[in-house]
Amino acid sequence: MDAISTEAGAHHDHPTGLRRYLFSTNHKDIGTLYLILAVVGGLIGFLMSMAIRAELAHPGISVFPGLSALLHGTDPTNIDAAKNLYNVFITAHGVLMIFFFVMPALMGGFANWFVPIMIGAPDMAFPRLNNISFWLLAVALVLVVLSTFAEGAPGSLGFGGGWVFYPPLSSNTGHPGPAMDYVILSLHLAGASSILGSINFITTIFNMRAPGMTLHKMPLFAWGMLVTAFLLVLTLPVLAGAITMLLTDRNFGTTFYDPAGGGDPILFQHLFWFFGHPEVYVLILPAFGIISHIVSTFSRKPVFGYLGMAYAMVSIGFLGCIVWAHHMYTVGLSLNAQRYFVFATMVIAVPTGIKIFSWIATMWGGSISFRAPMWWAIGFIFVFTLGGVTGVVLANASADRQLHETYYVVAHFHYTMSLGAVFGVFAGFYYWFPKMTGYMYNETLSKLHFVTLFIGINLVFFPQHFLGLAGMPRRYIDYPDAFALWNYWSSVGAAIAAISVLVFFYTVAEAFLRKRAAGNNPWGVGATTLEWTLSSPPPFHQFETLPRITGSGHH
Amino acid sequence: MLIGRRPILRRAALTAGAVSTLLLLAGAATAEVLGQPTPGGLGLPATVTEVGAETQFFYNVVLLPIISFIGLFVLGLLIYVCWRFNEHANPVPSKLTHHTGLEIVWTLVPVLILVFIAIPSFRLLAHQVEIPEPKVTIKVTGNQWYWSYAYPEDQGGGFSFDQFLKPEAELKPENGDVRLLSVDNEAVVPVGEVVKLQVIASDVIHSYTIPAFTIRIDAVPGRLNETWFKAEKEGLFYGQCSKICGKDHAFMPAAIRVVSKEKYAEWLVEAKKKFAKADDGRMRVADERDAR
Repeated sequence: MDAISTEAGAHHDHPTGLRRYLFSTNHKDIGTLYLILAVVGGLIGFLMSMAIRAELAHPGISVFPGLSALLHGTDPTNIDAAKNLYNVFITAHGVLMIFFFVMPALMGGFANWFVPIMIGAPDMAFPRLNNISFWLLAVALVLVVLSTFAEGAPGSLGFGGGWVFYPPLSSNTGHPGPAMDYVILSLHLAGASSILGSINFITTIFNMRAPGMTLHKMPLFAWGMLVTAFLLVLTLPVLAGAITMLLTDRNFGTTFYDPAGGGDPILFQHLFWFFGHPEVYVLILPAFGIISHIVSTFSRKPVFGYLGMAYAMVSIGFLGCIVWAHHMYTVGLSLNAQRYFVFATMVIAVPTGIKIFSWIATMWGGSISFRAPMWWAIGFIFVFTLGGVTGVVLANASADRQLHETYYVVAHFHYTMSLGAVFGVFAGFYYWFPKMTGYMYNETLSKLHFVTLFIGINLVFFPQHFLGLAGMPRRYIDYPDAFALWNYWSSVGAAIAAISVLVFFYTVAEAFLRKRAAGNNPWGVGATTLEWTLSSPPPFHQFETLPRITGSGHH
Repeated sequence: MLIGRRPILRRAALTAGAVSTLLLLAGAATAEVLGQPTPGGLGLPATVTEVGAETQFFYNVVLLPIISFIGLFVLGLLIYVCWRFNEHANPVPSKLTHHTGLEIVWTLVPVLILVFIAIPSFRLLAHQVEIPEPKVTIKVTGNQWYWSYAYPEDQGGGFSFDQFLKPEAELKPENGDVRLLSVDNEAVVPVGEVVKLQVIASDVIHSYTIPAFTIRIDAVPGRLNETWFKAEKEGLFYGQCSKICGKDHAFMPAAIRVVSKEKYAEWLVEAKKKFAKADDGRMRVADERDAR
């Protein structure tokens, strides 16, 4: 008996070919599309980071003149073109990794795939809305890539002002050409994609949980997505407002950010970071959920302190909305404003610490098997702790005075993002790949992927703490010779991380070619959430008869 | 080994080894030039202001030990848990999912640690932000891609000048010139006096910083920001623009030379002649420096 069916005859529709993907209303297919987009976005962003590290391996400007000649046909002796292209690369690297790698992988990919299944629902609340969310993002990606080929600053191509696009550098003063307008349009579409997707997740989670699944029995990954979706719905409109005002400043003669017309560049920063800070929690909360699932599965123990974990995520989400100006300690805020933001930012360390200790307590007394996903999860706990504690350092405006806009900040957010969130992505990937594809990957290869990435990426970013402390500013194509030593080693790490990317693609290819059957549940008794009760891959439509959730209390 | 059997010497050697390692890790100055980054430096550069010393203490003695401890503590717990509770050592998992006492401890202890950090943090913050009565006030303007300084007339100034990165071809390492840091016109201030900087920008946002003074303040168009420092030692102190501002963001350093009060008075007189003769210092005909 169908629990959810509208048109007679349509409920067993299983489209094929182009229709299946172009017009998909299936959360699993859309999840797969998002994962593919994430690979594309992540790969481009990664290649850019390789170019950046290649340039920074030695003092002087060596790589980017040739790169600019290759991409834009500029003269290889044109140093200005090289400098501009470098700024464009660091900007695009940030935008791509945030909006076109981590978010599509965690939210568009894993959340779309598994939130409906975990709560016992046949699909998302609004399957067609889900589809347009994906295609909006795909167009946004095309636009941001196109922007790098449009004129930006006078005489150069692309927008090179960092992923934060502060005016006046991002308005006509700094980048009069249309590149920035392409970026704004791209962000509008990506923002719309996420807002619509968040509406979908909130509605699905609130309304479509199977009978017996109270919110306090819901898996932690779903909790993480619920908080993430609320953050996006509340803060993306503020970003949209900020960039719309930037668009009108650039094209319709307004002066929201132009002091000559009574405007204020700092207004943009407040509006941007009101979105920007919750955005970083959007990037990490889904990963928190994934880690909870994996640690529990491979310790064969329920997560320690389930309610504490769920409400820690809620409080991190709430607190994350009231700390934005800790990104602005040096703009000339009043002493009291700085004091408030220091205080509020430090408070976030408490629920985050609760999560770290709860994961360890989950493992304590467990019976731990060290399958590949567990390596990633344990690695996550360690590297995220390191990133988190440098965040506590930066939370103090008095220390940030020395460290703002230096490589210490770059090290901090790459530890939480490039090690934290990315380890979460790969952990989820290796955990759920057998379920999504029905194939089992080679355990040794996946562990080799972990080892090469772990060594490489730690080598990239740990020395950057030293560079920041010593005073090296970020977003610099060239640096005084005193910074050469740690830059060199950071670049060596990048080369090792590049090897890990090759191992990853080989691991995936090998799994698809060998076609080893994974079975419904390759992980054993520790895997207790609903996706493991389905076949691998799951049927095109699952839970047409809703499951009933029994059992005492929450997980 | 000479130290071998003499316990006192061995202990002394170990202590010396431990202390010097700690100093190295804490970023103490080893082979460094004041006012410039130390080659291969691990920590904060040497400072010449009291606020700088307080900042260094806060980072090196309060923050760094705490975060190092937390990192090592979590690592230690993870290693222990992996060793003690792997499936071979512990085939039957426990069902423990709650322990109120533990949960209280790991909420309260971080709160206490944060309070412990907050006390010196807030004190230092007030010292950084509240500006004492200045002896010298200088207006600094960030431009694409150079800094300009204006010294007020009623303090013996009445001139302004631009500060450009010295092109690589003009560097004289034998004179102590440093690539990407040395400038054509240094800004001069007297030692031991409170100097207030009023910082603004003429085009896009820049940021003015001198690491040896622990100052950093954004240069925003239409907004006059203020900061201060009191340099206790003479010397030449560099900083680099700290807010992305376009293609030459990495090529607009700041340089402040701290001299004795007498030398400062002399310099004011010279500078007035040197800079007042030219135009007001902000308009320049484009020359070969722009084409670099």
